[in-house]
Amino acid sequence: MLLQQIINGLTVGGVYALIALGYTLVYGILELINFAHGEIYMIGAYLGIIFLGIFTASGLTQYSLFLSLFLTFIMSVIVCSAYGFTVEKLAYKPLRNAPRLNPLISAIGVSIFLQNYVMLTQGATDKVFPHVLPVTTVKFLDVTMTSLQIFIIIASILLMAGLHVFIMKTKTGKAMRAVAQDKVMASLMGINIDRIISVTFIIGSGLAAVAGLMVAMYYGLVNYSIGYIAGIKAFTAAVLGGIGSIPGAMIGGFVLGLIESLGASYLSSEYKDAYAFIVLIVILLIKPTGLLGKSEGQKP
Amino acid sequence: MILEVRALTKVFGGLKAVEEVSFRVKQGVVLSIIGPNGAGKTTLFNCLTGMLTPTKGKVLFEEKDITRSKAHEITAMGIARSFQNIRVFGSMSVLENAMIGQHCRSGKGLLAAVMGTRGFVKEEDDIKARALEYLEFTGIAGYAGTLAENLPYGDQKRLEIARALASEPKLLLLDEPAAGMNPQESLALMELIRKIREWGKTVVIIEHDMKVVMGISDRIVVLDHGVKIAEGTPDEIRNNPQVIEAYLGKEEVF
Repeated sequence: MLLQQIINGLTVGGVYALIALGYTLVYGILELINFAHGEIYMIGAYLGIIFLGIFTASGLTQYSLFLSLFLTFIMSVIVCSAYGFTVEKLAYKPLRNAPRLNPLISAIGVSIFLQNYVMLTQGATDKVFPHVLPVTTVKFLDVTMTSLQIFIIIASILLMAGLHVFIMKTKTGKAMRAVAQDKVMASLMGINIDRIISVTFIIGSGLAAVAGLMVAMYYGLVNYSIGYIAGIKAFTAAVLGGIGSIPGAMIGGFVLGLIESLGASYLSSEYKDAYAFIVLIVILLIKPTGLLGKSEGQKP
Repeated sequence: MILEVRALTKVFGGLKAVEEVSFRVKQGVVLSIIGPNGAGKTTLFNCLTGMLTPTKGKVLFEEKDITRSKAHEITAMGIARSFQNIRVFGSMSVLENAMIGQHCRSGKGLLAAVMGTRGFVKEEDDIKARALEYLEFTGIAGYAGTLAENLPYGDQKRLEIARALASEPKLLLLDEPAAGMNPQESLALMELIRKIREWGKTVVIIEHDMKVVMGISDRIVVLDHGVKIAEGTPDEIRNNPQVIEAYLGKEEVF
């Protein structure tokens, strides 16, 4: 029972962590809580249904399920990244030198816009993710894991490891860290700030797309409003880990997933969604900087 | 002429921080800009490096107009600067700081990084090797693995210079490099600036420490209230009555 709940928690936690990374990356660089990020995740889930539908209609899925799913992931990531890129250019970039509240309100506006845009184009009812995946279960001790759960846990861990290497080792990753610390100095080092900000939004949106697709496959249902609650939970995960900290978002996501899953089974499943917010309130009261966040006060 | 400033004016609201300032910098010299606090020296630097756009006037770097270029473009053309207050990337290692300086000199893009191509790996190694050379040049190679924020003050200043040099500039702008240094540290700094000049770089510095200014400058430009009041060799400046009156007030400082 306990082990089972841990596995369930890690599955949801992996998804939260992937979304939380998008919040934390953008916050690290722009000090903006990108409230539209949950919507990008929701769009990723819809794109999964759309692309898989296209590949099924064109016969690719019947030919090779693996190839079809792989291309669905790739296409959703590309299109979601384009959404993230465009949102930044249209809604945040013009406000870069405005007071901090302005881009935040713009983000809320983008969130409302994207929700309604999807509702109008895709309908207000739930969409079903096509059941193309053969679900096999693995029994280990008294734990039952579906192949999908294993896939989600492994995929999210691999993506996070990839991101970590990217941030720590590559030139662009170093440039991102430099921009996060001191934008002016970074630009004097020959770093194109606009480009780094775009890269940040592209990476964050791509991770959200993967998360959205995996959730759509896991729960089988997609709705235009799923981005809201998932976004707020991932935001909680980012704050729990220390917003702006990349390892923090990863840990925060998994911890939040575990809290939810254990709370639902041992306390009450009625309050499943409330645990995240209880956690958020407790962190803000006790350790506002989160698990790995550094206290640095207001940046100049 | 590596740098030419033509009638540069920068106005903030009603305040003329820099007014009609013109001067030229020859290749391979050390030129100092001096003047009392609030004379507009740092504003001038900010206009040269694309951090501020001048209200009027022109900045030419190697005969090219860079007045409206962006900061990262100017760095790519070959101007680097350090700051009055230290601005190293504190939570990165000393080596990484210097590697960031190499950013605009390395060509391989994101795709190569993601694919981990051989060209990319080799380039990373090259960047690391060159970054280490600059750390050695400035004498802080021993700290390569240390977090920059843990360096002693003087060495953080050196790191700023190493990082600026790592962007392989033709022109190096140093904003009060000797500020807060003890006499030994400023002697070592003068030595370093001489070495940089011997290396063929052009250096423009803002400095208050007259020993440093008189010791290393080929030419000096004096600003007061945003206006250039004198220009010449250290000897000419030392004996210029206008400078003595407006800036120093008393002679014995020299």
